[in-house]
Amino acid sequence: MNLRFGKSMPWLGVVLVAVVLLAVPFVAALGGQAWVRIANFAILYIFLALGLNIVVGYAGLLDLGYVAFYAVGAYTYALLASPHFGIHLPFWMILPIGAALACFFGVILGAPTLKLRGDYLAIVTLGFGEIIRIFMNNLNAPINVTNGAQGITLIDPIRFGDFSFAQTGHLFGFTISGPQKYYFLLVALAIVVIVINIRLQDSRVGRAWQAIREDEVAAKACGINTRNVKLLAFAMGASFGGIAGGVFAAMQGFVSPESFSLMESITILAMVVLGGMGHIPGVILGAVLLTALPEALRYGIEPLQRMIFGRMFLDPESLRMLVFGLALVLVMRFRPAGLWPSSQRRRELAEPAD
Amino acid sequence: MDTLLQQLINGITLGAVYALVALGYTMVYGIIGLINFAHGEVVMIGTMVAFTVIVYLAAAGVPPIAALTIALLVSVVVCMILGWALERVAYRPLRHAPRLTPLITAIGMSIVLQNVSMIIWGRNYITFPPMIDKRIYEIGGATFTNVQVAIVTMAALMMVGLIFLVHRTKIGMAMRATAQNPHVASLMGVNIDQVIAMAFIIGSALGAVAGGMVGSYYEIAHYQMGFMLGLKAFTAAVLGGIGNLAGAMAGGILLGVIEALGAGYIGDLTGNFLGSHYQDIFAFIVLIIVLMFRPSGLFGERTGDRA
Repeated sequence: MNLRFGKSMPWLGVVLVAVVLLAVPFVAALGGQAWVRIANFAILYIFLALGLNIVVGYAGLLDLGYVAFYAVGAYTYALLASPHFGIHLPFWMILPIGAALACFFGVILGAPTLKLRGDYLAIVTLGFGEIIRIFMNNLNAPINVTNGAQGITLIDPIRFGDFSFAQTGHLFGFTISGPQKYYFLLVALAIVVIVINIRLQDSRVGRAWQAIREDEVAAKACGINTRNVKLLAFAMGASFGGIAGGVFAAMQGFVSPESFSLMESITILAMVVLGGMGHIPGVILGAVLLTALPEALRYGIEPLQRMIFGRMFLDPESLRMLVFGLALVLVMRFRPAGLWPSSQRRRELAEPAD
Repeated sequence: MDTLLQQLINGITLGAVYALVALGYTMVYGIIGLINFAHGEVVMIGTMVAFTVIVYLAAAGVPPIAALTIALLVSVVVCMILGWALERVAYRPLRHAPRLTPLITAIGMSIVLQNVSMIIWGRNYITFPPMIDKRIYEIGGATFTNVQVAIVTMAALMMVGLIFLVHRTKIGMAMRATAQNPHVASLMGVNIDQVIAMAFIIGSALGAVAGGMVGSYYEIAHYQMGFMLGLKAFTAAVLGGIGNLAGAMAGGILLGVIEALGAGYIGDLTGNFLGSHYQDIFAFIVLIIVLMFRPSGLFGERTGDRA
């Protein structure tokens, strides 16, 4: 990981990160399992944000419907591993199916629309996300496929043989709760996606994406098959979304259309942009911050209000979102390239604009 | 064919509202190439302000028509100020930032406005007091109300006014020049900042009027109503070719009619397999199909790839 602490002792950074990653679920558990779940969501969002980073950060394609692929993955898992249809496939079969389906949808959407210019593409992807959500909401009649707005419950947790991720278990003398087990699974998945992102960045296709992002006409003139390369970015981002969706469904045990609103797409996009588009540590930072901030506000605002006004002055839920919105505006206002942009991007921005 | 006529009438009413909101998106986009994601929220605030003023004036015993007019004027003024403030706070400082940055501030402002509205007006639906005596007219088996007539007439007047403003006045000329090339326009003595601010202000004023119309048509308002309305209106603007005023108007009407017809006929077309709650997908499916064949929208200029 290009984290760059301690150039003389490159392993120190890795060891430090590993120790912190190992400690997080146990430290969080001191505050209750709810905090472990929040940590899990932070990592799930890292996964999602890095998937979207391929599309938006590397290839420069503005995708406002990313959550559609996440939804496809989640519903694939829900339908193939729940009493709803009575099918109970193991997760290692469903996750690839979900990824493939999401990828398929990505190609279906991308093939006809990727010739569109930036903002037109954005609105088409947004529309696609809404279409998927409306279908999830209404496909309960005449054949009940998605169970409508109630969603699908009792989804099987991930399990290897007898080792179920849902129950508290014992491992090497430690007691590990369900959410903590998912934490380690998610970390493993996140490391895989981080490695893929890093390897992609300097690969042939990664450079092709960046060329397209900077100047599509020039990229085409250099012999890049822009259509196929863009489609590849789209399909790859979609597959990551599909996998994340599957894990989400298994972890929650419940999916409903409500989890896949446009706001969700926008939040993931905000993570990518706020952190620093196309820069892996930045995106990770963005995902962690934007997951943690609303939660911290949830717990922080009520006591703060009581302290200042002596009573509940404003509805805490709306105040929480208000602060969230303001934070987005302020961060972008003072750090237009994101909180942790790549050094290259920072250089570009330091040059006077045309 | 009374269903056809009925849905056409409803569609045109809805489309007139979409068109007014779409104009706000398209003006801003045409001049600075920014999707003003918070525009739907401006419309929502317009509805809410109109509602508050109406309730207040009705309680004070002001005659309904006067109350309605005053409410509309107040909400237009509030929204103009809001639009101006949005531009000042969230967009102007970022004019030379990377393309996606203002998009995120727009989304941030949209969240802020929604929640401010929820704090002020609460999280429940609020019902508009009926101000005009509703009269129902019948034509060929279809019915329409005087509210619908008022909405369409007013929308048409606003559009004519806007076209006059853009094509016949000095500030309109400055806008068109800025849209073509801001650098050259500024060399010719156009105050770019002022032009951009004007685009936001005019767009917000149109949005406020549209907000008042939505309120009196559906007689209901909610702090989240701006989101879907904005989305549809933006779709309409893209459908017509974003940045193009005539396109936004045509796109709005077209979208309203398609939606109404779709809602009326989807059951028959699919043998009752899909019901009218699929109404919302028509907008997006039509959008995707149109953009596949005309990538710059129906009336958009065919621009070459940017160099």
